[in-house]
Order: sequence, then structure tokens, then C-alpha cells
Amino acid sequence: MKKLISVASLTAAMSALSISASQASADELVLYCSVDENWCRVMSEAFQRETGINVLMTRRSSGETYAQIRAESGQPRGDVWWGGTGDPHLQAAQEGLTARYESPRLGELQDWAVRQAEASDYRTVGIYAGGLGYGYNTRLVRGDAPACWSDLLDERFRDDVQVANPNSSGTAYTMLATLVQLFGEDKAFDFMRELNANISQYTQSGSAPIRAAATGETAVGIVFMHDAVAQAVQGAPIATVAPCEGTGYEIGSMSLIDGGPNPDNAKIWYDWALSAEAQALAVQANSFQVPSNSGAPTPPEAPRLEDVKLIDYDFERYGSSEVRTRLLQRWDREIGSL
Amino acid sequence: MKVIASLPRFLAGPSRASVSWLFLWCMASWLMPWYKVTPGITEAWFSSALGHSLAGRLWLLPLALAPCLLLLAQWRQWSWSARTSTGVFFAVAAWLIVQASLIGLHGTSPSMGAVFPLSTEGQTGLGWGGFISIIAMLGWLSEALADRGFCKGDRFASATIVFIVALLGLFVFFPIVKLSLMAFRSPDGLWSIAPFIERLTAQDLWRINCITAAPGRCGVVINSVTLGVLAATLSTLIGLGLALLVARTGFRFKRTLRAIAILPIITPPFVVGVALIVLFGRTGLVTTSIADWFGIVPTRWLYGMPGILMAQVLAFTPVTFLVLLGALEAINPSLEEASNTLGARPLTTFRKVTFPLLRPGLAAAFLLAFIESLSDFGNPLVLGGGFEVLSTKIFFAVVGARYDLGNAAALSLVLLVLTLTAFWLQARWVGRRSYITVTGRSDSGLAPALPKSIAWLTYGSVSLFILFTLGVYVIVMIGGFVNDIGRWDMTPTVRHLGTAFSVEWQQGSLQFYGSAWNSLKTTLLVSAIAAPLTTAIGILTAWLVARQNFMGKRQFEFGTMLSFAILGTVVGVYYVAAFNVPPVDITGTMAILIICFMFRNMPVGMRAGVAALAQIDRSMEEASQTLGATGARTFRQIVLPLVKPALFTAMVYSFVTAMTAVSAVIFLVSARHNMATAYIMGRVENGEYALAITYSTVLMIVMIICITAMSLIIGKRQLGRRKTEQPPVASHAAALP
Repeated sequence: MKKLISVASLTAAMSALSISASQASADELVLYCSVDENWCRVMSEAFQRETGINVLMTRRSSGETYAQIRAESGQPRGDVWWGGTGDPHLQAAQEGLTARYESPRLGELQDWAVRQAEASDYRTVGIYAGGLGYGYNTRLVRGDAPACWSDLLDERFRDDVQVANPNSSGTAYTMLATLVQLFGEDKAFDFMRELNANISQYTQSGSAPIRAAATGETAVGIVFMHDAVAQAVQGAPIATVAPCEGTGYEIGSMSLIDGGPNPDNAKIWYDWALSAEAQALAVQANSFQVPSNSGAPTPPEAPRLEDVKLIDYDFERYGSSEVRTRLLQRWDREIGSL
Repeated sequence: MKVIASLPRFLAGPSRASVSWLFLWCMASWLMPWYKVTPGITEAWFSSALGHSLAGRLWLLPLALAPCLLLLAQWRQWSWSARTSTGVFFAVAAWLIVQASLIGLHGTSPSMGAVFPLSTEGQTGLGWGGFISIIAMLGWLSEALADRGFCKGDRFASATIVFIVALLGLFVFFPIVKLSLMAFRSPDGLWSIAPFIERLTAQDLWRINCITAAPGRCGVVINSVTLGVLAATLSTLIGLGLALLVARTGFRFKRTLRAIAILPIITPPFVVGVALIVLFGRTGLVTTSIADWFGIVPTRWLYGMPGILMAQVLAFTPVTFLVLLGALEAINPSLEEASNTLGARPLTTFRKVTFPLLRPGLAAAFLLAFIESLSDFGNPLVLGGGFEVLSTKIFFAVVGARYDLGNAAALSLVLLVLTLTAFWLQARWVGRRSYITVTGRSDSGLAPALPKSIAWLTYGSVSLFILFTLGVYVIVMIGGFVNDIGRWDMTPTVRHLGTAFSVEWQQGSLQFYGSAWNSLKTTLLVSAIAAPLTTAIGILTAWLVARQNFMGKRQFEFGTMLSFAILGTVVGVYYVAAFNVPPVDITGTMAILIICFMFRNMPVGMRAGVAALAQIDRSMEEASQTLGATGARTFRQIVLPLVKPALFTAMVYSFVTAMTAVSAVIFLVSARHNMATAYIMGRVENGEYALAITYSTVLMIVMIICITAMSLIIGKRQLGRRKTEQPPVASHAAALP
């Protein structure tokens, strides 16, 4: 039996090692992807075809990826972190988890994308933008179509609006910060307290409200507009609304992980992903964000940011941990505990 | 010459086990590559610990020389006392740990650098040589301990304890201590007790507003405990009903019942939640039809506690059923027969004999369901709505808008304490009484039929459960093959199957194009490796705890229970952080997945084993040892065959959990080693329910095949029980003149 145990443990150890031995070979790129899996796949395959570099892609949400990169900081395993909302990218940049890089393509990008890069000392860059809004189920909402934030306070939406909990979801935090910038802090909290009467659940995941609206579990879901559009394109009876008072937006970002195993390939990806051709691939994957390269076509289904009244969202201030913590604590106290 | 001639005698002598461990240690440190990635090109041909020390990494020299010194001492019978060699051993072991913690991947402290110039280059993770050296060291240690009378000199027991303790220390204790420390760190990076207390006493943990009239919701701990107790109670009761039905009645569809009851065990997470939404959500089939019939406005009653509870009862009942069935079958019917013969009514017999004997089984089943409920992550995520439980709260503390590892750590400790409390309560309830019903004596009675009242109760609850299960699985089966079940778009299609599992025949070979193939392969491989290892470590631990007496047994038992903490989502982050750097550098490999599953599921195998052993009389093992069998042989030939049901439960459970677990896995998967559940979770997050359901259906079919294979391999326990009623009266009558 002892022999058996020792043989078993030997084999276990060896198999563990032989598996781990085959790491970091020449033409590879380890990609941490934080957008929808289809889009991640389309991008990796296109890059592989174009450059011959083998892409090893893992998809996680942006919060998960941030936690992962932090945990791996002793020996980073990833090269590029592509996609996902900007706040965790900025946070990683602040902590020096990501590397400084000025891409030659910065000149081709929209202002907001370059501003993102400047704010982080070129440790991250904007790759797409998405406006905040809401989607409603056209079969459940009768009468006038809602068009503004204030329409959500309407009696007919009693217990029929969903939004995520800002503690757990970046989307919902963007809403919180947007309302604060739009109405001023106290007015924003008054608004949310009133809205609370109409909210059936604060979900955990940021995109859950629009899924619920798509299946008719709720009438209205507050999400990023491109998520609502994606549901509509899949055939759900969802109409997308860009609130008339104005709204905030997210900047989907990309960062190079500091000390990753394939830094040169990472830069090749970085430059490629900022190109107009690469950004045009999004539509193939049912993703309707606004691309950051001014040469890339904005998909016809995408909510055109030009037509949306966008606020001048202060990413630095509302992404900083003091403001964030203070707003979330106030939210917990005044709204979350209701 | 004489020296050489004495070699064979020495090698075959009484201390041959200890000598062969030393020999292995020698080989590992002299010949095998010490590092995972050998630093420097010149040493590529001689990359063992010895080679490295000759090339200037002098800190490895003691590690390479010690085994040979010990070997030589033993062979030449140098006048060392055993104490000295143990001293040498511990010094080397301590040095092994010290050098690993001081010389990291990117170098070392200046003082170390002054003593060992090359250490400034740093060292990578351990390779074969390193790991095998450590294994050999542990082997030698266990021999030395056994020689000193540890475990009454039983070498097998001693070796088992040493290896399990080492594994637990590395893969459970080490990450958990690291994790717990974080709870004492304030957001601005200072260490003190204040943030810990603040986190533990936070309002949103303990609020009881939902019970009192005050506005607001209940704290997350209150939610989790209430949910856990309810889910565990309900599933234990239904599981008992199912077990009684199968073991104690003439119910005709036992096989079908077993098959249906197994379904929920093998269902990947999220799927049941999605199916429940389709049935009971506001636009669900059942909700809308009831609303139509009775003219009620459909509501979202499903979201929150009711939905999670339904999903959990459905998911955990099969586990409790298996545990209780094992316990019922092991009860020696002669006791019940005796009670009947003495004139007790069936109900009295059930209450006074059967039920008390079931206590360990009931307790084990309840505990299992409770712990599973606490750690369940998929169902609360899909069905929770605004209802927060600990597992999701911990998860979002790490990945949410506020990265707060300290809070996550504190919440994980709360989860661990809850688990341990449940465990302690269970132990108290079971008590120290004897539950032995499997003894060496042959022939026993025939189990009596169930009392009428109990039988009716059983039929009632079981048929409800079966109906419910069938409903859910009909939805699951259909869901994968229609356009979009969530919106009742019922156009039949195989498009989802194509997306996930398309294959093409190209140039004479099969090409797997579907997006799910890779994760399916990894998942199968990981589970297939993890299941037997988990079972082995679980049953061995159970045997140690139930049968051996050794120093530090209580601490050992407590240590094994700490692996419950691995249930928490945040442990994944800690596994990554702890095993991402040397010496044990396994992040991103398949090994880390296997190890995580092994220790996550070990308690289940252990509990099943302990419950099974509690029913088996020690005298059989004692007889075996009296007849001269070694501890290992007794374990293999007496204990193992008798605990086969526990073995099967542990094996199936660990296999299935490895295939379906979500929480910790999210951080452990990598591009090369992605797991099915991580894939499914991504789909659900994106609202692609149909694809998630399709993949789950395929996974379930694969699991059914695997479980069938396992039951064939393990086989059934053969107890000397009568199958039919013998006609004792008739035979007596015939014997009379």
C-alpha cells in the first residue's frame, strides 16, 4: 500500500509538472478578455490569422480580471488585458500593475480614448465607449414610450424597474456617478430614493436587468445601451432609451500587464487592437459599442453617441477610491438599507 | 569487499522501507531537475540540486548531501543515535523552507545575497527533483515516527498521517492563514484588530429587520443561515423519504426513482435556476397559467429566498438520499426484527430502533446539505434578486465595484465559523453512542416493511419531489433544442448544439470546431484525475479519524475541517496568490485545479467514510491484524470492501462537483485549462440561456456515462443478509415428528 501511495503521489507530482513545463513558448500571447465571449473569440481568431501569433484567451468580467492580475502580480501570467469598463483599468494603472506604452496609433483615436490614456499616464487606453441608458420591454410597457430618467419614477413602473447593486456592479456604479454629476449629489440621492419605490430588485450582476427585461420578468432594466441593443438584435422585444436629461458613459479600455511573459507580442496586439479594421470586427460578434478609432465604422444598430446628450463624465474623480467609497457608503445608508 | 557484500543484506534488512525512502531522496536530489525552469544554460545537462550547488548555488548543498549522509550512517551503522539523524533531518527540512521563503523569483535580501552571491538571481518553482525529494523526506519521517511507536508502530497509518498533514498544511492551512490575515488589514494598508472587528460587526451582516417590523432587509449572515437550515431540513426529509422508499418498500419503480433522483446531482449550476425562471418566473409557464385560472396578477415571488430554496432542495436532496440509503442498507435488520418479534408495533419499531440507528446518517446528510447551501453560488446568482447570501457577497466584495479583499476575507471567516459550528452541533447530536450494525457475524434478519403512516408520508413527499424534478428537466431537455426558451420562442433548432460542439471531417481527421470542446476535455480530465485522489484522501482520513489513536488526533481532525473554508469563492484568489510564486509554482496549470477540488471535496469523502465506519464493528479489523495482516493489508482487504457505498458516494460526489463547481474555479482557470462551468457562467451572464442549457445537457449525459462506469468498477458491497423471508416456522415444523 505504501508503494501504491508513493507511486500515486509520484505520478501526481509528475503529471502536475509535465503539464506546467510547457509554458511560455515563443509565439504566444496570453489575453485576458473582459467583453462578451463571442467578441473575445472573434478578435483572437482574427489576430491569430493576421500575425500567426497563437492567442491564449481567458474571458472574465473586468472585476474578476482585476482581482486576478492583482493576485498574480508576483509572477504575471497574462500579457494584455483587453476590454471591460475603464474604472478597474485605471485602478490597475494607479497601482502599477499595468505597463506604460504609447502606441503610434494614438493619433487615430477619438478624444475620449486619448484622454483615458493621458489620465493613466499611458498605462491604459480607450477602445470603445458605451452610453448608459435603459431598455424596456415593448410588450409590457403600454402608452407613451419613456424617454427620460424622470419617466422611470412614473406610477406605471411600480415595482417593475431593475438595476444592479452599485456595490457589486460597475454598471450600477456608473449610474450612481452619472446621476450625481447630472443632478448634484443630494438631488441625485433624492431621485434614487424615489426610484427605489419602483425598483423590484437590485441585482448582483450588471447586465442581469436587461436579461430580465428581455424575458419579461421586469419591464425596465437600467444598463449600458449597447447591452440593450444586443438583446434587441437577438430578437427580444427591447427598445433602447438614451435618457433625455443626459447620461454618462463607460470607456472600455485596454492595458498591457506589467511583467507579462510575452511583452513584444503584447505590443503587437495593442497596436492592432487600436486599428480601424480590428475595431470593425465587433459587429460580427453582436457587440454594438462605439469604437475608439475614428476611422472605424460605428455599427448602424449602435446608439450613436453624437445623438445622445452625454455629460462630461469625470472618470478621474468618480473612479478614485475616496469618492467611490463615500458614494457607495451613502448609497448603502440611504437606499440600500431601505 | 566486505562492505559491498553487506549491501544486499542491508537493503533487504528490517529497515528497508526507510532505506528506500532515503535512496529515493538521494536520487531525486542528485539526478532529477530541481527547478521547474533550470536557470542558466551551462547547467542544463546537470540540473539536480547537487549540480546546482556545484555550480555555485551553495544553499542547495545541504539538501543534496543530507540524504546520502543519513543513508551512509544507517548502512555503516555509525554510532549515531536515532535522535541525531532526526535532528539532521529536521535541520534540513527547516532549511528547505527557509531558503524557499527567502530566495524568491526575483532575488533575495541583501544579507542572503552576501552569503550566497548567486541567490540574487532568484530561483524558480520546484521541479520533479524538488517535489520527489520532499515526498521522500516525508516518507522517511513517517518511518522514523513509526519506529518510535507513533500509531502503535503501524507504518501504514503513520505514513498516511504524515502525508495528509503535509498536504493539508500546504494546500489548506497555508492559503487560509494568508487569507485570514487580510481580514486584519485596513483599506489604507495598516494591520490592526480594528478593521477586523468593524467588518465582523457590520450592520449588513447581522441585521434582523425582516423579522422585526423595522424597514429594510435582513443581514447577509441571517439570510445564509436561514436558507441553509431550511434547505438542509427539507432535503434531508425528502432524501429520507426516497431512501425509505427504495430500501424498505415494495415500490416497483425503484430503478427509475434512483435514476431520476440522481439527475439533480449531475446538473451544472445555473441550469436549474434558469429552468425555474422558465417555469415559475413572472412570465413562467406555471405562474401565468395559475394567474389565468384564478385571475391573480403574476408576481416575482420566485426571486429571493423561495427560488433559491427550491433550487437548492432540488439539488441537494439526491445527495442526502445517497447518504441515507447507504446508512439504511447498513442497518442490521435483525434489530428491527427482534423489536417486531418482541411485539412492538411497526411505528414504535421505526421510532425506537430504525430512527435512532439512522442518526449518524441523518446528521451527515443534514450537514452536507447545510454546507452545500452555504457555499452554493450559482443559484443565488441567478435567482437571488436582491436577496444576498454570504457566498455571493464574498464574490462581489472581490470582483465588484469596490475591490475589498479584507472584507471578503472577514466574510470567508464567518462562513468558515458557521460551517465549523454546524459540524460541532452535528457531532454533539450524534453523540458517543454506538451505531455498529455491520459485524462479523453472519446472517441477519429481514428488514420489516415501513409502518403505514410513514409510508404514506413518504409517498406524498416523494411524488411531489419527483413531479417537480421531472418538470424542471423537461424544460432543460427542451431548452437546448429550441430557439430561445426564455422568451418561449419554441422553434426547434440544433443551432446551439452546433455552436458549442460542431465537428468537421477534414483531411481524414476529425476537427473539433465548437467553442465548448476545449473546456469539455479539460473538465473531464480534471474531474477524472481529481475524483479518485479525493476519494482516497477522504477515506484514508476517515479511517485515521475513526480507527487510529495517535498523538494530536484532535488537532488533526480540526485541521481537516479547515478545508471547508475552500468552499468560499475568495479562496480561488488566495490559491492564485499562494501558488503563483516559488517554491510551489502551479498557477495556470491543471494541477492547481485538481488540488483545489481534492481539498474542497475531501470533507465529503471523509464524512461519508466516518459515517460508514461508525456502523462497522472493529472486531473484524482486529481479527485481521491478529491473524498477522499489516495495517495496509487490513485496510485494503477488510475496510475498503466494507465501505464501498461510502467509496462510491465520495467518488461520484467528487467527480460531479469537480465537473460542476463554479466559485473558486473562476480564478483558477486559464486559457489552456478552462472549465465547463466557467464557460457556462459566461453564457448565462450574457443571457445566452439556450447555449448554457445545451452545454449542460451534454455535460449531464457525459456524467451519466462516467457514473455508470464508476459503479461498475467499484461494485457492490456484499453483506451476509437474507434476501427473502426464510420460513423458520415451517422448517421447525418439518423437523418435528
